[in-house]
Amino acid sequence: METNQYLEVFIDESKEHLQSINDQLLHLEKNPQDLSIVNEIFRSAHTLKGMSATMGYQDLSNLTHKMENVLDAVRNEKVTVDEGILDVVFDSVDDLEAMVIDISKGGSGERNVERVVELLKNIENGSGGSAVASVAVAPQQDETIPTLSIDEYTKAALEQSSELGKNNYQIEVALREDCLLKAARVYMVFEILEQAGDVIKSSPSVEALENEEFETTFHVLLVTEDAAEDIESKIKKVSEIENVYVTVYQISEETKDESKPSQKEMAAQEKPTAQKEEKDGKQVGNKTIRINIDRLDALMNLFEELVIDRGRLEQISDDLKHIELRETVERMTRISGDLQSIILNMRMVPVEQVFNRFPRMVRQLSKDLNKKIDLSVVGAETELDRTVIDEIGDPLVHLIRNAIDHGIEGPGEREAKGKSATGKLELKAYHSGNHVFIEISDDGGGIARDKVVRKAVSNHVVTEEQAATMTDSQVYDLIMESGFSTADTISDVSGRGVGLDVVKSTIESLGGNISVDSVPDEGSVFSIQLPLTLSIISVMLVEVQKEKYAVPLSSIIETAIVKKEEIMHAHNKKVIDFRGKVVPLLFLKDVLDVPEELEEEDYYSVVIVRKGEKMAALVVNSFIGQQEVVLKSLGDYLSGAFAISGATILGDGQVALILDSNALIK
Amino acid sequence: MTEENKKLKVIVFQINDEEYTVPVDLVGSIERMMPITRVPGTKSFVKGVLNLRGVVTPVIDLRERFGIEEVNDTDATRIITVKIHDMNVGLIVDAANDVLDLDEESIEPPPEVVGTVEVAYIQGVSKMDQRLFILLNLEKVLAKDDVHELNELYV
Repeated sequence: METNQYLEVFIDESKEHLQSINDQLLHLEKNPQDLSIVNEIFRSAHTLKGMSATMGYQDLSNLTHKMENVLDAVRNEKVTVDEGILDVVFDSVDDLEAMVIDISKGGSGERNVERVVELLKNIENGSGGSAVASVAVAPQQDETIPTLSIDEYTKAALEQSSELGKNNYQIEVALREDCLLKAARVYMVFEILEQAGDVIKSSPSVEALENEEFETTFHVLLVTEDAAEDIESKIKKVSEIENVYVTVYQISEETKDESKPSQKEMAAQEKPTAQKEEKDGKQVGNKTIRINIDRLDALMNLFEELVIDRGRLEQISDDLKHIELRETVERMTRISGDLQSIILNMRMVPVEQVFNRFPRMVRQLSKDLNKKIDLSVVGAETELDRTVIDEIGDPLVHLIRNAIDHGIEGPGEREAKGKSATGKLELKAYHSGNHVFIEISDDGGGIARDKVVRKAVSNHVVTEEQAATMTDSQVYDLIMESGFSTADTISDVSGRGVGLDVVKSTIESLGGNISVDSVPDEGSVFSIQLPLTLSIISVMLVEVQKEKYAVPLSSIIETAIVKKEEIMHAHNKKVIDFRGKVVPLLFLKDVLDVPEELEEEDYYSVVIVRKGEKMAALVVNSFIGQQEVVLKSLGDYLSGAFAISGATILGDGQVALILDSNALIK
Repeated sequence: MTEENKKLKVIVFQINDEEYTVPVDLVGSIERMMPITRVPGTKSFVKGVLNLRGVVTPVIDLRERFGIEEVNDTDATRIITVKIHDMNVGLIVDAANDVLDLDEESIEPPPEVVGTVEVAYIQGVSKMDQRLFILLNLEKVLAKDDVHELNELYV
């Protein structure tokens, strides 16, 4: 069977369906009476079953089938939804997920699911005979009145078309016994049909028909806006046609019998045509294609090279002062700027992709820990670069586990504190400037300062003297140092010694940062700041003595030139007055140990940068200008260099370092 | 292996008239000197980073790493780029001019004193035709722990 080319589609769609089942199940848990949700779940499960049977994954389709039976019983009000049932269904979804993951890793998707199947059966049987009956309901192929069996893709297309108010017809065309040019007649019939609407499916397949591999009759499934009589009369105009029957095709009656191998093969064999047709139909609603992320990465890499050359061209044209060259380069710069934003946009995906697995996880955790938790997700549509999305999942899982395990108290304790027994956990994402913020806030016990200090001192993270002088926020930051776990008992959920320090380093490696704020007994907020994209940033190039550095524009407030006399002293530090605020001066040549080669001038060029509320004025020797640069890492060997977040290659081929102004401001 | 003795293919380079070797499969390329951008806050043997065909690559001066006095670059000065543990680093050497097959059996553990280089950086020595080759222990030479100077936050 040629299923490989569909495997990716199958995996993607299976994951989507499982996700939607998960989501809907969580809804159902909250509104157990709402049977429309059950229908929703049933539909997803049914599609999944059909797809996996077509692809030949028996275990997957069997388990889905069992789950479907239970859902069917629920839908027919034979069984009422309770927690026990939901747990079992959740378990089976877990198993299904594991199978799909196995398949995506090249496995066979086989898995021992006896236990879950047993549980599902128990529920089903407990409901009486109804569910069992539904197993046998699978329609039998009737030899005398052949019906077109359809796969799930086709079914979806049919459902879609009937929603659009089109008619689905099953057409039986009988050629005359003495017909000589069967293929030609078939071709003519199809031409008529295709003018009238979309041929969704034919039996035998189009190839077989063209090769005259049929007796005298064939069946076609047509989606059209025309009336049945019109179609019938049009087809009859073709010569050598014996008879034409047009009947309305009922989707709801159709349930695919997945246990019949012959039919399965047929479905698989016919998929190329069926799917092609279906795609044509789908494009009306949604013009998207799936692209392998590797291709996007390759595109991005090539574009990065282009950006470096662009910088070089700009420099050359500036040097040459050739008007036409300059105009052309400027034009190219504009175009590549547009191209850049398109490429970057293509790589943006909503954080929903990461967020949508959390409701399920929180449910499980709150059960395991006997805590009541209400999770709310805000801003799931916020978009982030694909590479960031891939990395951010694990840290977030960790923070959420942490909040549930260490943050939110048990119901008893909460009530004793006068809070509602149900803890609140909020996951919030939003854009701000060139950054995306993700906040995880809980209304739990907050961080106990003394507990943290005690632990930090006993673990030799800080000395007692140091701890005494630390501000609250500095103490809170300690929990993200290596080897920290404040839970009194080490639980399964979090606190295995590795933890928040890993979260911190992962986020920092993405060019972001994480901070924590907490109020005792009111809760804590972990706030993560992430760059929108990792690869191309706007910088201000400056010269410090003879060395060139790049300062990210996102942290610059403005540039200024200050006279030497304007410099004031406060606490032994040089400061300037910047729009009514006292801003400390920072001589980059001292900070970066740049060898002194230039004479000191009477004016200082300063770049005013900020980190949160704090500001600093970086003293440089000259401004070179603003540029888009490709961010490159310094390499593993030098990673962690002080105040340097990376490097970039300038137009002249030299490397310039990118300053991390966050590290310069305490 | 059909040969009796296993051979180890190595690149030979000079520092201070002594001959050192690194296995050829660890070497990415051998480059002439090119502009290097200093990275602040690193030890003096870390010369900085350079643009190696679009990849930003750190460079260290092996003379300084071994505590041998500095000399000015000459026409023969080369940068050998090596890769271990997915880490690309360029090594500045006085000259690099040979590829050799060393008998693995001829490699001996380092003697107590070999030239001027600390024993820790040496994996072994091999004598061949009256020449003494020193096999570098790249893992030690490129140990990450002592790259950065201690730094304090400013402001």
